Amino acid sequence: MLAKRIIPCLDVTNGRVVKGTNFVELKDAGDPVEIARRYNDEGADELTFLDITASSDNRDLILHIIEAVASEVFIPLTVGGGVRVVADIQRLLNAGADKVSINTSAVTNPQLVKDASDRYGNQCIVVAIDSKRVGDHWEVFTHGGRTATGLNAIEWARKMEAYGAGELLLTSMDRDGTKSGFDLELTRAISDAVDIPIIASGGVGNLQHLVDGVKEGRADAVLAASIFHFSEHGIEEAKRYMKQHGIEVRL
Amino acid sequence: MSVDIAVIDYGMANLRSVVKAIEHVAPALSVVVTSDPVVIAEAGRVVFPGQGAAPDCMREIDARGLRQVIIDAAHSKPFLGICMGLQVLFEHSEEGDADCLGILPGTVQRFPHEAMVDSAGDKLKVPHMGWNNVHQAAPHPMWVGIEEGARFYFVHSYFVQPTSPDVIAGFSHYPFPFTCAVATDNIFAVQFHPEKSGNDGLTLLGNFVTWNPGETESACDMTGAACA
Repeated sequence: MLAKRIIPCLDVTNGRVVKGTNFVELKDAGDPVEIARRYNDEGADELTFLDITASSDNRDLILHIIEAVASEVFIPLTVGGGVRVVADIQRLLNAGADKVSINTSAVTNPQLVKDASDRYGNQCIVVAIDSKRVGDHWEVFTHGGRTATGLNAIEWARKMEAYGAGELLLTSMDRDGTKSGFDLELTRAISDAVDIPIIASGGVGNLQHLVDGVKEGRADAVLAASIFHFSEHGIEEAKRYMKQHGIEVRL
Repeated sequence: MSVDIAVIDYGMANLRSVVKAIEHVAPALSVVVTSDPVVIAEAGRVVFPGQGAAPDCMREIDARGLRQVIIDAAHSKPFLGICMGLQVLFEHSEEGDADCLGILPGTVQRFPHEAMVDSAGDKLKVPHMGWNNVHQAAPHPMWVGIEEGARFYFVHSYFVQPTSPDVIAGFSHYPFPFTCAVATDNIFAVQFHPEKSGNDGLTLLGNFVTWNPGETESACDMTGAACA
C-alpha cells in the first residue's frame, strides 16, 4: 500500500539552513548537507529545500548544496524559491533536484507551469500555494505571504492541476510558524478538489498534527521544519506515531 | 575503449540521479551518459531511463536514431529500464495513443479514474507518487538482498500490462495489483525509481552491475535461498 510521506523542509539562505517565525527572526539550524544526510538516515521520504535567499548574488549556492546532497542522498529532492523561467528549472534539475517547486512565478506567469510540465513531465513540477483565510474563502498570496492576489485558492489549485502540476504544496499562512497545527479545513478542501497529491504545510507543532493532516486534512504528504530541525522529534518517531494511529508509513 | 555502462540519453530524463546512484554502487566502473548509437552498441550494460510522456519519448528516440540500437541492446546485453524506460518497451501506450518499441508484447494504460478509491472509500491520487511495497513475483538475481514487499519510490500515471504473465517479475497495488517489474533473459525493467529508493534502490542497482544473464543458474546456486 502506498505510504503517506513525511517531508522535512530546509529553508536555506547564504548556504545555511534557517528557521524563522512568520518569515522573520531567522534562527540558524545548521549545514544543509549534514542535515539532509541526517534526515535521510532517519527515514525521511523526501527532502524539500526552499531557497529563501533575497539577493541574486548567492543564488548559485543552492545549486552547490543540491549537487552535494544528490551525490550521497538517494531519495527525492525538491527545490523551490526564486524559480522564474524554464532555465531556472533546468539548472536545478541538472544540479540533482528531482522536482522543482514554483510559487510566485506560477501566479505571475501560469504559462511557466505549463511549459515546464510539457518539457520535463508533471512528475517534477510542484506548485506551491500560500493561502490565507479572507472572509468566507481562502485566498492565494505570493512573495512569502506579503502580496494578495485576489485568487481563490481552490480554483487556483484546480487551474494548476489543469496546467500540469504533478503535486501541490499547500501552506497555510495563518498557521505557518504558529505550531498550532495545519489548517485542516483548507487542506481537505484542496485535496478533495483535485486528483493530484497534496503536501500539507504550515503550523506543525506536534506529532498529532501530522496525523490530523493526513486523517482530517486528507493530505498525501506532510511537510514540517522546526519540529525536526531542533530535534524536538525524530522522523522515525513521527512515523511510528503515525503508524500507531493507523496511517500507512515507510519504516 | 568500450564503456562498462551506457545510460541512454534521449533528452527525456533527468539522468544525473541515475548516474550518481550507479557511480555510488560501482565506483570502479565507467558510466557514460550517451546518445551515440556506437557507444551504446559497444557498452557492456545499458540503462534506459525516461520521464515525461510516451509520444515525446518515442519521438526523441527516433529523432536521435536510437530505436534499433535500443532494440538490439534489449536482446543482447544486461538491460535495465526505469520508469518510461519500462513503458516504451511495450507495443502501445494509451498516453497520447503512442506506438512504442514493441520489444515486449503488451500495452500501457492510465490508472482508471473510476477505480481510484481505497478500501475506506477515499480518493486515491494520480500520479501514483511515493513509496509503495514491491512484491517479487519470482526469484531473480536482481532481487537478491531485497526483502519481499520492500518499498520503492514511484511517480507515474500509467502502468504496463504485459500480454504474457511470464515476464512479470514484480507487482504493486494501487489499489489493484499492477506490474511494476518485468524480466526476460537479459532485460530487467521497473516502474519505480531505484535511484531514488534509498538503500533498497542502491541494492537493486548494485545487483544490475554484477548481473550476468547467461549465468543466472550459477548465481542462484551461490545465493541459495534467494533464488530457491
